[in-house]
Amino acid sequence: MTDNDSAVAVASSTASVPATVVSAETAAYVLGLGDDALIYAQRLGEWISRAPQIEEDMALGNIGLDLLGQARALLTRAGQLDGTGRDEDRLAYFRDEREFRCVHLVQQPRGDFAHEMARLLWFSSYQTELYAALAGSADEIVAGVARKATKEVSYHRDHARQWMLRLGDGTTQSHERMQDALNWVSGYTSELFFDDRVSVAAADSGIGVLPSRLLSGATQFVQSVVAEATLVMPDPPLQNARGGRDGVHSQAMGYLLAEMQHIARSHPDATSW
Amino acid sequence: LASGSEPASSSLLPAAADIVIRVEAHIRAVPDPEIPVISIDDLGIVRDVVVNSADSSVWVTITPTYSGCPAMRAIERAIVDAAARDGFAAYVDTRLSPAWTTDWISESGRNALREFGIAPPDASAHMTGSGAHAAGGAVSLTLQRRSVACPVCGSTDTEELSRFGATACKALRRCLTCREPFEEFKPL
Repeated sequence: MTDNDSAVAVASSTASVPATVVSAETAAYVLGLGDDALIYAQRLGEWISRAPQIEEDMALGNIGLDLLGQARALLTRAGQLDGTGRDEDRLAYFRDEREFRCVHLVQQPRGDFAHEMARLLWFSSYQTELYAALAGSADEIVAGVARKATKEVSYHRDHARQWMLRLGDGTTQSHERMQDALNWVSGYTSELFFDDRVSVAAADSGIGVLPSRLLSGATQFVQSVVAEATLVMPDPPLQNARGGRDGVHSQAMGYLLAEMQHIARSHPDATSW
Repeated sequence: LASGSEPASSSLLPAAADIVIRVEAHIRAVPDPEIPVISIDDLGIVRDVVVNSADSSVWVTITPTYSGCPAMRAIERAIVDAAARDGFAAYVDTRLSPAWTTDWISESGRNALREFGIAPPDASAHMTGSGAHAAGGAVSLTLQRRSVACPVCGSTDTEELSRFGATACKALRRCLTCREPFEEFKPL
């Protein structure tokens, strides 16, 4: 991701680690936020040349690009906070599956377009609440990323909303497929709002926010879109995805990482891309 | 500077000051790589330029338009190159907060965009709420039609074709009066 061309004298954003001791949990929390953004960016990038129309190739590519930008800043910060000094590339390309802290939602293989819009609606609604809360983070870098990203994710959320309305309140077939997609995604959303040990510690430190605090705002927004799109909120799923924050992922994750990481790992000493 | 050991005679000061002004002007004039009619200064992303003529260095702080904007790296390189032409070494830092907003695009920048065929973001554009009121949540669910003037004929009878354009900062629109498609700098 970074351009390591040594001919360019560029001092990257190097805010120092705060004077107060940052716990391993807080660093892991920031890493998890970065991983969500990074892995979803990878999935969204897969749509380029596969979307139903060229404007959607560009839209989903742009949304992925915004997320990649957020991931770069968050991973860089996580590498500073955890004391290892790993940079964004090190964290993105040279960690193994169990070390990634992303939720299952973002790693699921690309479904049809309705599935992507259902996933994007939930994820962007979650991120809208997340970044609004993190704008007041005790960590100046995390707060800065959040304030910047808030505006971006509102565009993502609006984009998903527009397609939900069109497809949900469209033809019989588009309505059914949009409803199917909404049902599918419901098994993956609870993990976003689960208070694990790491997020509790991060919230206590003032750097993070309790995920459960984001649930009602995100759900309210999704519900309003679902109702307007003449769809119905699915019944609570029998099973919910879990474990992503502890590095326990679905089968799809390994394949995703293989594709995302293989060039960097094949040329670990490359200094220029 | 230690007052007792300052070697520079007063006659050197104007020259040094000239250099400082020139280097800063050259850096601020660096064009945006995606939209070369607008300088990074007019785009409003230059937060700070600190020229140090003593060691021929210049520290530049810029604020990215979008988190993932791929032009940022090109802009950093262009700044380094511009400083190098004056014999200065440039160090570029990015500052995320406060977040960049299209309100920071200068009036001359807006005119340059319009002449180039890109509708600049104007105050009325904020009425959509997409950018500014993200956290608040209260956004209407209707498919919006905003008033954006066509940069070719000036008509405000235009429609959105795609919220996402060829770069992260632009949307695609079409004029319903002169039928020209055009890009709009998205309000953020």
